[in-house]
Amino acid sequence: MEFYRSHVLVCAGTGCTSSDSQLVRRELLKQLAEKGLDKEIKVVETGCFGFCNLGPIMVVYPEGTFYCQVKPQDVNEIVEEHFIKGRPVQRLLYHEPDKETRTLEFDNIEFFRHQKRVALANCGHINPEVIEEYIARDGYFALARVLHEMTPQEVIDVIKKSGLRGRGGGGFPTGVKWEFASKSQGDQKYVVCNADEGDPGAFMDRSVLEGDPHAVLEAMAIAGYAIGANQGYIYVRAEYPIAVERLQTAIKQARELGLLGKNIFSKGFDFDIDIRLGAGAFVCGEETALLTSIEGRRGEPRPRPPFPAVAGLWGKPTIINNVETFANVPPIIRNGWEWFASMGTEKSKGTKVFALAGKINNTGLIEVPMGTTLRTIIYDIGGGIPKGKKFKAAQTGGPSGGCIPAELLDIEIDYDNLTAIGSMMGSGGLIVMDEDNCMVDIARFFLEFTQDESCGKCPPCRIGTKRMLEILTRITEGKGTPEDLTNLETLAKTIKNASLCGLGQTAPNPVLSTLRYFRHEYEAHIYDKKCPAGVCQALLTYKILAEKCRGCGLCARNCPTNAISGKVKEPYVIDVEKCIKCGACLEKCKFAAVIKE
Amino acid sequence: MRSLEELKAIKEKAEKTISVRENTGAPTITVAMGTCGISNGAREVLNAVIEELNTRGLANIHVTQTGCPGLCHKEPIVTITVPGKNPYMYGKVTPENVKKIIVQHIVNNQPVTEWLVNLEE
Amino acid sequence: MSCQCQCNAGNEPGIYTIIDQIVEKYKGQAGSLIPVLHQTQQALGYLPENVQAYIAEKLGIPLSEVYGVVSFYTLFSTVPKGKYKISVCLGTACYVKGAGDILAEFEKQLKIKVGETTEDGMFTLEACRCLGACGLAPVLTVNDNVHGRLTAQDVADIVKKYAEDK
Repeated sequence: MEFYRSHVLVCAGTGCTSSDSQLVRRELLKQLAEKGLDKEIKVVETGCFGFCNLGPIMVVYPEGTFYCQVKPQDVNEIVEEHFIKGRPVQRLLYHEPDKETRTLEFDNIEFFRHQKRVALANCGHINPEVIEEYIARDGYFALARVLHEMTPQEVIDVIKKSGLRGRGGGGFPTGVKWEFASKSQGDQKYVVCNADEGDPGAFMDRSVLEGDPHAVLEAMAIAGYAIGANQGYIYVRAEYPIAVERLQTAIKQARELGLLGKNIFSKGFDFDIDIRLGAGAFVCGEETALLTSIEGRRGEPRPRPPFPAVAGLWGKPTIINNVETFANVPPIIRNGWEWFASMGTEKSKGTKVFALAGKINNTGLIEVPMGTTLRTIIYDIGGGIPKGKKFKAAQTGGPSGGCIPAELLDIEIDYDNLTAIGSMMGSGGLIVMDEDNCMVDIARFFLEFTQDESCGKCPPCRIGTKRMLEILTRITEGKGTPEDLTNLETLAKTIKNASLCGLGQTAPNPVLSTLRYFRHEYEAHIYDKKCPAGVCQALLTYKILAEKCRGCGLCARNCPTNAISGKVKEPYVIDVEKCIKCGACLEKCKFAAVIKE
Repeated sequence: MRSLEELKAIKEKAEKTISVRENTGAPTITVAMGTCGISNGAREVLNAVIEELNTRGLANIHVTQTGCPGLCHKEPIVTITVPGKNPYMYGKVTPENVKKIIVQHIVNNQPVTEWLVNLEE
Repeated sequence: MSCQCQCNAGNEPGIYTIIDQIVEKYKGQAGSLIPVLHQTQQALGYLPENVQAYIAEKLGIPLSEVYGVVSFYTLFSTVPKGKYKISVCLGTACYVKGAGDILAEFEKQLKIKVGETTEDGMFTLEACRCLGACGLAPVLTVNDNVHGRLTAQDVADIVKKYAEDK
């Protein structure tokens, strides 16, 4: 074993890779070799730190110095100053949005301080492509424990008592699901990992797969032991190439060490895992659709019961859990169910990973105990709304969820509270919207998504979402009528009650929740023919404020339809008949004289 | 994987590799690497530290650097901090005597008083 | 990466050998249709009718079923794609940060609609589902390269960069 005085962790998650972290890493390796430092400083590729908008991210140990937005041309300064002279490069350190000072160690950064990492514990800490690093952090010891000390029923009991619920959307108790499958009779059973992360704005599953793939493999093997299965499948989106590659490496390494395969730990337990790629169909995140897709057919859902725990893949008893759910299993086995159950709220135990995005300063991946308020997440961790704008809503649960208004910022986030206010946990996408976002437009956006992704098998979803989308489009175009609102509500109820699968049953949620909390915006579109946020093109008019216009004529020269006229040094005027509302004039005006309303 | 022992052996070996990233309260050896330190041979001292830790298989030690502590005439300066105890500062360290310092101070827990920086001097 | 050769991929005799090799890997495995289609598309760039028919015959399943699967999943294509596939992410985070404007700008610059390919076969414009790079929103991919933190002004530069790289 070589001793290195320093480890430099460079993020190799999708976010940082897109910001060229690979170039930074290569430059670093090159310069360290040139300076003869490659024997004392080790460069480690690691998974997502969660702070994606600051990528590429680099952390230097043992100090724990946190560098962000490192570019290849910064590497020389880091090597010269930090590695040779021991002086951290101040300008690359993180600084809190509202403070002057820069923070040296990453444990002290606000963004990380409020977090509690369980599922993400290893992300950004180990090299996901080296199985030994996972083992060094107690990896595969949970599997060792269940095989040596526990009966399958004891494993199920621990998971049940921990209170772990499905992290993929529905929140079904994981232990109960395992028990059903364990009690089902069958010569062959299967464990399936749902990594078909499709909710727009959610990317925690990808980050776990990229940053800590072995945690998922270990948990699947534990599940296999608990229900009596010896084959697992991971169904992962083809759009996640890095995750697929890391999984393949991880499976290969686990097989080489005999942690997957025959007779694991000489306990007579066999378990192996294969990867199946999705092919771009959102509905395949629904469990029965996912199973038909693994079977090689069109990914259409089927009615339940029978539940997959009774008749799943190829008709055999099958459990399907999401990536984040699995990532919680090894820590529960290692630390005990009491430890896990001590976190969270009465009915929602443990932590939850959220993907923070949209109009928020710190976008990225965070993990907090269940029951944390939305306000803590958005203001303390997320650093608030950029450009001093006003918070309007937070959208959770993707196309199945809803929008939470400012009045409810102090709600404690857990499964039941979110459902009670008309949203849902979903997989944990949390998108923040400010005063510039139109809620009718957002509702239309989600309906367009579900309508497009509806598999077409059942009419309420296929036809109902189409009709809802038509009504919403009409409203955003200024052609809405008062009856449209009642029609939307009637349709929503029918679709919720009559659809075959979760996709359809939850599709109306974005509309219902915006109608509930932002009805005034719908009414402004319908009665006043105005879009208060200034988003819906058809309802906008552009105007030049005479008192601000200096008469420079720049707007007129940039207008594609010659709709602006006037004399130099006198206020210009827009002809609303000719105006196509492209916004070119507003963008070009140097005196803020052009407004839209 | 045949047994728990086999897994434990892998863990023990791998733990040493990543211990530098853990906040374990390990003793820290800090080498002052300001311009004065480097020109007085701090680089060679640092190399000797790493070499010695490697030879002795001492993994759970943090080695870090700092800038000039302001005692330029005492450079190269090495500070050893054992958690819960006052830091000890050694002056005019050479690659040879740093090895002795590691053995005496870290392995045997006996600071080498003769080479300590005496501020009253 | 899509097929970049100038051959008429659908009629090239060599393709059947390629498909034979792919099918061979999955022999006897249940649920092999989708992996076979993935790999065939990777090799040929798209899945024309004769290719689907050949796969159906090789796997011993009806052509209707193969076609049903190909048409169900958006990643499978029955028409050739451009040399550069521009996929603009229309996930929620990108949408609230103006991905719609970026898509419109590409349509204007490339003079094609979403889902179409330019006449010279250089660019295919697509809207895609969340790429999970929400921290960099709005984002798009050109083949495997991700571009993030974009504005409509960046569109011309991106088109130019790849157009020069013939």
